[in-house]
Amino acid sequence: MTKSELVERVADKVDNLSKRDVEIIIDLIFDSMTDNLRRGERIEIRGFGSFKVKEREARVGRNPKTGESINIPAKRMPFFKVGKELKERVDKKS
Amino acid sequence: MTKADIVERIFEKFGFSKKDIAEVVDLTFETIKESLENSENVKISGFGNFTSRHKRARKGRNPQTGEEIRISERTVMTFKASQILKKAINS
Repeated sequence: MTKSELVERVADKVDNLSKRDVEIIIDLIFDSMTDNLRRGERIEIRGFGSFKVKEREARVGRNPKTGESINIPAKRMPFFKVGKELKERVDKKS
Repeated sequence: MTKADIVERIFEKFGFSKKDIAEVVDLTFETIKESLENSENVKISGFGNFTSRHKRARKGRNPQTGEEIRISERTVMTFKASQILKKAINS
């Protein structure tokens, strides 16, 4: 399912809003989540999961082809932890 | 940030009613869950991909006691952040 298919499916279940309105809101959901993570704040969606940002320290890496050392700068990485309900729902049908 | 905060932020930017926004926010996460539950991967461009993966049963060990345990087969979910999200977080 892509974002546009998600918009279609949600729009089918909503009476009050046009597909365009649903699209605007869905875009804003992911924009506001991105914004929040950029500020380093955690996101918790009940029954779905939580997102947080972890710091990775700078380290010396190596180019596996040439063996040359390279400095990898510190960076921040987004992480997702699946929520209990989603975890159970995904596992149940297997 | 919780679902209620997401609704609040969208409400501040747009003229939709809070009720309508909350409905779309709830349906968005519910629709993603349904999709994953049916082994259908979800790709949100600019944000990331949610995928479910089937794991075979394997033998594990309790690291504290050294006791061998059987880990049953299961389906797990993973999220891979898009390059755009990774860049945004580091900007």
